Amino acid sequence: MTDKVSFAIETENLSKRFGHFIAVNSVTFNVRRGTIFGFLGPNGAGKTTTMRMLLGLLKPSGGHAGILGYDVAHQPRAVKQRIGYMSQRFSLYDDLTVEENLRFFGRTYGLRGDRLRERIQYALKMADLIGREKAPGRELAGGFRQRMALGAAILHDPELIFLDEPTAGVDPVSRRSFWELLYHLVNDEGVTIFVTTHYMDEAEQCQELAFIHGGQIVAQGSPAELKATLMQGTVIELTPDDPANAMRLLKQAKATGSLMADDMALYGAQIHIVTQDATQAQREIVELLNAGGVKFDLPEVIQPSLEDVFLSAIR
Amino acid sequence: MSTLDCAQAIICAVQLSRSFKKIAALREIDLYIQRGEIFGLVGPDGAGKTTMLRLLAAVMTPTSGRVTVAGHDTVKDAEEIRAHVGYMPQKFSLYGDLSVRENLEFYADIFGMRGTERERRFEQVLSFAHMSHITERRAKQLSGGMQKKLGLACTLIHRPDVLLLDEPTTGVDPVSRREFWDLLTELLMQGTTIVVSTPYMDEAERCNRIGLLFQGQLIHCSTPREIKAMVKGQVVEFHPDQLEAARALLATQLGVLEVQVYGTLLHVFVEDANQVWPRLHAALNVAGIRIDGVRLIHPRMEEAFISLIRRMQEAGSKTQEATGPIRAE
Repeated sequence: MTDKVSFAIETENLSKRFGHFIAVNSVTFNVRRGTIFGFLGPNGAGKTTTMRMLLGLLKPSGGHAGILGYDVAHQPRAVKQRIGYMSQRFSLYDDLTVEENLRFFGRTYGLRGDRLRERIQYALKMADLIGREKAPGRELAGGFRQRMALGAAILHDPELIFLDEPTAGVDPVSRRSFWELLYHLVNDEGVTIFVTTHYMDEAEQCQELAFIHGGQIVAQGSPAELKATLMQGTVIELTPDDPANAMRLLKQAKATGSLMADDMALYGAQIHIVTQDATQAQREIVELLNAGGVKFDLPEVIQPSLEDVFLSAIR
Repeated sequence: MSTLDCAQAIICAVQLSRSFKKIAALREIDLYIQRGEIFGLVGPDGAGKTTMLRLLAAVMTPTSGRVTVAGHDTVKDAEEIRAHVGYMPQKFSLYGDLSVRENLEFYADIFGMRGTERERRFEQVLSFAHMSHITERRAKQLSGGMQKKLGLACTLIHRPDVLLLDEPTTGVDPVSRREFWDLLTELLMQGTTIVVSTPYMDEAERCNRIGLLFQGQLIHCSTPREIKAMVKGQVVEFHPDQLEAARALLATQLGVLEVQVYGTLLHVFVEDANQVWPRLHAALNVAGIRIDGVRLIHPRMEEAFISLIRRMQEAGSKTQEATGPIRAE
C-alpha cells in the first residue's frame, strides 16, 4: 500500500442540507489508516447521509471530504476503485450460487481472468465458505450471508471498507465471528474499516468512535477515553430482593425529589441508577429502601457501560 | 417437572416439542415461568426462539407435549389464551397508510372492545407509549423505534397479563431501545409477565431469568448472574502488540480454556489466573510479544453466551455449524 497519507478519511466542516433541513452540520473528523472506526448515533442523526457523502454518492452542501488522499467530490472515480461498501440491505442473488454471486460482483469491479479467479478464492477462504461454493444464495444462514457480502465487498482489494450496520439482527456468535474477520482484515491486510452499528458491545471493539446526534459530532475518542471523559455522573448498582418493588419506590422518590437521580433502569435482579452525587444518592437509597421494607445488598459504584455513556451524551 | 410447579406457574411447558417435516425445531422443553417474571429467550439464529413464542401464543400447535398459559391449555383453549396473551411477532403488522389511532382501532376491533372502556384504553396505551401527541400521524411516517412502540401499544390494547415479544428491538437504535425497555419496566411493575427473545446480550442481562436455546433444546435456564458464573475460570484481559501471534500462541498453551479477540485486546479464559498467568506471560515474552494493560475482568453476558455456545458446538459434531468459529490464519 502506498502510504502517503496517514489518514484514510479526513473531513472538514462536511455539511449536507436538504431544503431547510440540515442533515449533517459541519462535521469534522479523521480516521487513521489500519484502524476500525465506529460511527454511532440514533436513527435520523445523519449517519447514512455522512456515509453517502464519503462514498461519493451524495454531493456535500459545504465542507470537504478526503478519502485516501483524494477529494471525493472531485475525484470520485479514483475513490471508488479503492473503497469497498457493504450496505445495510446488501443484495445477494438467491438463485445464484456463492461462487456465481462472487463472480458477478467481481466482474462489476472490472476483474477478469486469473485475477478474478484468484480474488474469488481469497474471498471464499476469508469468509470460510470453502465447501459451500455451489450452495445457492437462498440456502445460506444469516452469518454466512453476512460473510459472503463482506467477501463481495473486498474482491477488488480495497484499502478502505464502509460497513453500514453489517450485523443487524445477527446472533452474538455469528457477530463475534464476523468481527474476528474484520480484525483479520485490519491487522493482517492493513485495511481501514468505517462501520456503523447499534450494538454497543461492537462499538466497544472499535479503536476510535464518533457519536453523531442531530447532524453534529457530539463526542469522539477511543471507547476508554469516552467512558472516562463523557459520562455525566456515576452509575450505582443496587441488588434488592424485590427489584420491581424497589424500582417503584425509587421512581416515586425521584418524582417527588427525595432522590437525586438522572436516570434509573432495571437490569434483571439489579437496578442501575445514574447520579451526579454518588455519596448522597447512596444514602438516600438506603434510607428509602429501609423505610419501604425492601431488603438489599449495599449499593455500589460500577463502571458505566458504553450504552450508559452514549445515552448520557445525547440525552 | 412436578404438577405442583405447573399450578403455581403462569406459563408451564412439559416435554414441549415441535417439528417441521423431519426437522425438530424444539425438543422436549420443560419450562415454567412465574407471574411477574421477565424471562429472556436467547440463542443463535435458528435455535427455536420464534417457534417457542408461537407455541406459547397458541398460534402454532405442538407436535407433542403440552403448554399451559394462565391455566389454559394452548391447544384446547386457544381462544382463552388470546384473551390473556399479547403477542408481538418480529414483523408486527402495522398498517402504514393508517394513522396511529386507526391502527389501535383495528386491534381494538379484533379483540371486540367497545364503548367507553375502549376509549379509556386508547388514552391509556397512547399516554403509556408517549404517543398522545401524534395520534393522527401515519404509521409509515414513524421512526423505527416509534413503530415498535406503536406495535407494543396495539399488543397491549386488550390488557393482556402475559406479553410475548419476539426480538422487539432488533434494528432499533440504542436510545429507542432504552425507551422501549423503560416501557417494559413499567409493565413489569404493574405485574405483567414478559417473555422476550433478543439477540442483544445487554438486554438479556435485564431479564430476571434467561433461557438459552441451542438446536431446539433449552440447555440452560437461570439468572444472568448464574449464567455468567457458569463460565469456568477467570478472564485475563490485555493488549498485545501482535494480536494474531499472541492469540495463536495462547490457544495452544496448557491451562488456557479459550481465547477471544476483543478489539485490540485479547480475553484469555484460564482456570486459575494466579497459577497460570505467570507462565503465559513468560511464553509471550519468549516469543517477543509485548503486552500492557493486563487486568482480571468479570465475564459479561456476551462472553458467557459465546463461550457456552462454542463449547456446545465443539462438543457436538466436528462438522462445522453455520455459526462455527472462524480461525483466521
